[in-house]
Amino acid sequence: MFTGLFYALRREGVNVTITEWLALMEALRLGLAENSLTGFYYLARSVLVKSETRYDAFDRAFLRCFEGIETPPEITEQVLEWLEHALPPLKMDPGAKSPDLNWSLEELKKKLAERLAKQTGEHHGGSQWIGTGGTSPFGHSGYHPAGVRIGGEPVNRSAVKVAAQRAYRDFRTDETLHTRQFELALRKLRLLSTAVEGERDVLDLEATVEATGRNAGRLELVWTRGRKNNIKLIILMDSGGSMNPYQRLCSRLFNAANKSTHFRDLQFFYFHNCVYEVIFNDPFCLRRNSTGTYDFLRRFGPDYRLIIVGDASMGAGELLMPYGALDWGAENEEPGLVWLKRLAGHFEHSVWLNPIPKAHWGVVEGARTIGLIGEIFPMFELTLDGLNEAIKKLMVKK
Amino acid sequence: MEHTIHYRGSAKYIASQELISAVNVAAALNRPLLIKGEPGTGKTMLAQSISENLQMKLIIWNIKSTTKAQDGLYVYDTVQRLYDSQFGEGDVRDIKQYIKLGKLGEAFVAEERVVLLIDEIDKADIEFPNDLLWELDQMSFYIPETGETITARHRPIVVITSNAEKELPDAFLRRCIFHYIAFPDEDMMKEIVKVHYPDLDKELVNSAVKAFYNIRSLPGLQKKPSTSELLDWVQALAIGGVDPELIENELPLPGVLLKKDNDMAMLQRRYGGEATARAGGRNLTRYWRG
Repeated sequence: MFTGLFYALRREGVNVTITEWLALMEALRLGLAENSLTGFYYLARSVLVKSETRYDAFDRAFLRCFEGIETPPEITEQVLEWLEHALPPLKMDPGAKSPDLNWSLEELKKKLAERLAKQTGEHHGGSQWIGTGGTSPFGHSGYHPAGVRIGGEPVNRSAVKVAAQRAYRDFRTDETLHTRQFELALRKLRLLSTAVEGERDVLDLEATVEATGRNAGRLELVWTRGRKNNIKLIILMDSGGSMNPYQRLCSRLFNAANKSTHFRDLQFFYFHNCVYEVIFNDPFCLRRNSTGTYDFLRRFGPDYRLIIVGDASMGAGELLMPYGALDWGAENEEPGLVWLKRLAGHFEHSVWLNPIPKAHWGVVEGARTIGLIGEIFPMFELTLDGLNEAIKKLMVKK
Repeated sequence: MEHTIHYRGSAKYIASQELISAVNVAAALNRPLLIKGEPGTGKTMLAQSISENLQMKLIIWNIKSTTKAQDGLYVYDTVQRLYDSQFGEGDVRDIKQYIKLGKLGEAFVAEERVVLLIDEIDKADIEFPNDLLWELDQMSFYIPETGETITARHRPIVVITSNAEKELPDAFLRRCIFHYIAFPDEDMMKEIVKVHYPDLDKELVNSAVKAFYNIRSLPGLQKKPSTSELLDWVQALAIGGVDPELIENELPLPGVLLKKDNDMAMLQRRYGGEATARAGGRNLTRYWRG
């Protein structure tokens, strides 16, 4: 049953497994969906979807499967609440109680649905709206010859409507990020090792047993170093004018990386549009505060991970021509592309993060240079998904 | 039939229909319930509310960055035993007295069904949840030192909270029922404030909540104020005897809500007035290090 939903979910990128699907079937057998589509919606979501970032995908899949399915008018909890603030029961003149026989259940249900759609507030006494103590056919403590008593198990808003609201759209992971999320993503960048220097503050149980044994049972404690992160990271940021629109985004990445204390070493450097024979120590990109790129390569070994952040959009000449750099002072004898290749060749792990959304890479002004640089560095967009991908890439050799 | 257990929320804790249904599903399917949500949305309170509503004992296992899965099962106090053997104290042959059950073990051996809260599971090492898979699935574990197997007499209702500091492993997620507590909307927030401070002036609460959501909706806030900050703020406003009509425009005492200099500076640009006077100097090192 509902196999369509299973495949619709997988098509939307929610990787539902058989185990989870069977759990859902088990839950349905136990009657946990309370026989309503809304109940089923929440049940299926809590069993099948394991991250709020996938709620939106679930909504889309659910819509596709169940759109257009007419659910009977579901009585909202609000209606029940209206009924709770009741008037005392209406005393009817026995003569007025003459049964009105011109009704059918179908018609009444239809009317109830219509009225539910129209009514927006509480209503007590009267002959039309859902409420108490009146003569409308709907409600309780009132009198209508052919009334519907509203009560019993509360049910919620129509599930299709809930799904259609897509309230979790904001949580899609391809949205851009907050500092916190950046930090979390960066935290995955780690390679634990005991080889790093530091305090010997962890009890080495096996060595202790051995030493104590050799000591004929007199306790001798042996200490060792805890496992520490062995990752060294360099972040190289484009500080050029075309990056201005992405300043806030980049500053978040900067703050997040800066706050991460788990790296063995973390360095920031800057460049303007493209890397040439010098790179800069601060974002103002002034020559007097710069490092020769060769010195930079000598100082930082190939085991450093390199993240370059930039829009990779520039005039093709800046990348391809000697002396093509935009800056007055630059004297690049070699074109930027050669320098970039040199960087990529030096560092064993490197990625390029581009704040321009991936979908636009082919169409923006810098499409040509984005393409060229994308051949040298694995390029990812600067979103949560992109950053996670990039970090996965940084963990393994190219 | 265990699934007849029905959680309905409790007087002190306002739970949405979705959340209540997730709790009941988890209890019926005997699976851990994983709760995620912004800080201050009452993740930890949920377990308390379940325990109150269903009249079950609550066992809390607070996770820290150094917590290991083993700590939750049992700890074998080898050093104590070694010392005892050296100084001839205690009955060293009885290993059992050196085995101390952890929180999970405690929940397993309890006489009645209990609620077990594993709080902030994401604080621990990445592998931590995986190390607990078998135990949470089978609700039993083996103690090799004594040859004993501890099996749950009554499968506890397991509530796990996470602040999403770390990605949880897929294998672990597959076994959980998941619910994300969305940030409450204005009406719900008023209810929440009412639960905490039933005697406050309604007008004050209304305008404070409104102002609170205005602040939250400012684009680019580094740290959005959360429920607990609103509660503090409302109380501070009440104590300070602030006129409700002034709250929305002047935003008095913004320091209770906003904790970052940058956010304060932004508020100052937006509103001015009292917020300006209190925010202090502008922060110049907004963007780059150094």
